[in-house]
Amino acid sequence: MSDLDAAVAAGVLGADEAHRALLQATVEVARAIFGAKAASVFLLDEEADELVFEAVAGEGEGELIGMRFPAGTGIAGWVLTTRQPLIVDDLSADTRWSRSAAESTGYVPKSMMAVPLLVEERALGVLNVLDRPEESRVKLREVDLLGLFANQAAIALDLLQRARRAREALAAEGRLAPLARVAARLEEDDRDTAFELLQALDRLLAESE
Amino acid sequence: MSAALELHEHPEEEDLPAWSLPAEAVDRIRVPVTLPEQVTREWAWGGSTGAGVRVCILDSGIELDHPLVGRVDRSVAVLRDEDGKLQVLDDAEGDLCGHGTACAGVVRALAPDVELTSVRVLGAGYKGGGEILLRGLEWAIEQEFQVVNMSLSTTRTKYVERLHELADRAYFKRVVLVASAHNMPVESFPWRFASVISVGSHEEADPLTFFYNPTPPVEFFGRGLDLDVAWLGGGTLRCTGNSFATPHIAGICALIVGKHSDLTPFQLKSVLHQTASNAKGAAA
Repeated sequence: MSDLDAAVAAGVLGADEAHRALLQATVEVARAIFGAKAASVFLLDEEADELVFEAVAGEGEGELIGMRFPAGTGIAGWVLTTRQPLIVDDLSADTRWSRSAAESTGYVPKSMMAVPLLVEERALGVLNVLDRPEESRVKLREVDLLGLFANQAAIALDLLQRARRAREALAAEGRLAPLARVAARLEEDDRDTAFELLQALDRLLAESE
Repeated sequence: MSAALELHEHPEEEDLPAWSLPAEAVDRIRVPVTLPEQVTREWAWGGSTGAGVRVCILDSGIELDHPLVGRVDRSVAVLRDEDGKLQVLDDAEGDLCGHGTACAGVVRALAPDVELTSVRVLGAGYKGGGEILLRGLEWAIEQEFQVVNMSLSTTRTKYVERLHELADRAYFKRVVLVASAHNMPVESFPWRFASVISVGSHEEADPLTFFYNPTPPVEFFGRGLDLDVAWLGGGTLRCTGNSFATPHIAGICALIVGKHSDLTPFQLKSVLHQTASNAKGAAA
């Protein structure tokens, strides 16, 4: 998708805030539905081959956003590379996981459900649900439910990424920056002359195609 | 001399294409194994330990010396050389993420005497893994493993055609591909191909309980809930997922092939169907 398409898809500047809120709402609902201590979404940064905390509800909320770790490792790494949902009931057996999680996040979960976030043919990241109540034995229906949440989270994550690309395209140094500034000013109040000019430009471009 | 007579006189020329079947050649395609009237579990794998069966785990590698996995006969990895070409090379890295070790342990538990080979196609630093997966699978087919466990899938449609072609090649070379299904709202492969054995999970605790699904694409359900699977560092981890249901079916396939080495993938799938826990042959 071109940056211009992304800009159009995103609609207006600031859309990434709305999409981030959608992603946050998704992890909050996932946490509530499963009665879990925490739920989170990792975004895959393909360039850096790293996973980044993008949304967190519950334990670690507000602290973990932006934290990174290598994409190919850990439970989330498996899920991402195999494209298979996974539930682990006792993470304490995995000393590597516990140690690295404790070191980096200060919170060591006992159990974890993880599912890949897939949009069309791309894997965008991983949705995690940590520490469901102990009495709730994992049922396969829960995995199916998690799959549905993952679909929603994947759509939100996709929108967020598009919005970011759009914002980059419209940022101060971007080629579309003047367009963004014009759009922002138009929003401030009624500017009939500016609108007319914009429409004239639009017609001119349409005729020259 | 007609071509048919030549065939009759040289029955060892099995490389000739079987595009037609002259009357004289019927003997040549005698089916080595015919299924009994009622296929039972006793007939299918009674007494089999998987001895003599070569099983390939196409995954993240296998940890060496894991007590639940035991002997790994060979470990290779698909790696890019300096020119960017993919090479299949002997590998001493073991398993970087644990997934392949878990799958290998499940196969070993069911079929203790199989020969295990690890083909590492997943793990850290495997960006653009589609090509690597394809090369690993191609190699496994070249090596003619009887059973290949694939607890993985790709969503990349650009690989579908080649993957499909490889799955068919495997089917005709008697290499059985056992592949994990997944319950996501996105299509993935190769489990959706009819030429492979696709596996989802059931909730029973018995490792030999498996179900045939008359409404595909998922054709079989194996044990996939609350399993203590082999994990890195010689330990175990309690897990749930189709990734582990798949090696259960792969292990059962290895048991069957260990007893009936001449079964074609088509016949093997029939045996699985008839011995499934929701079919008649399961009782015996």
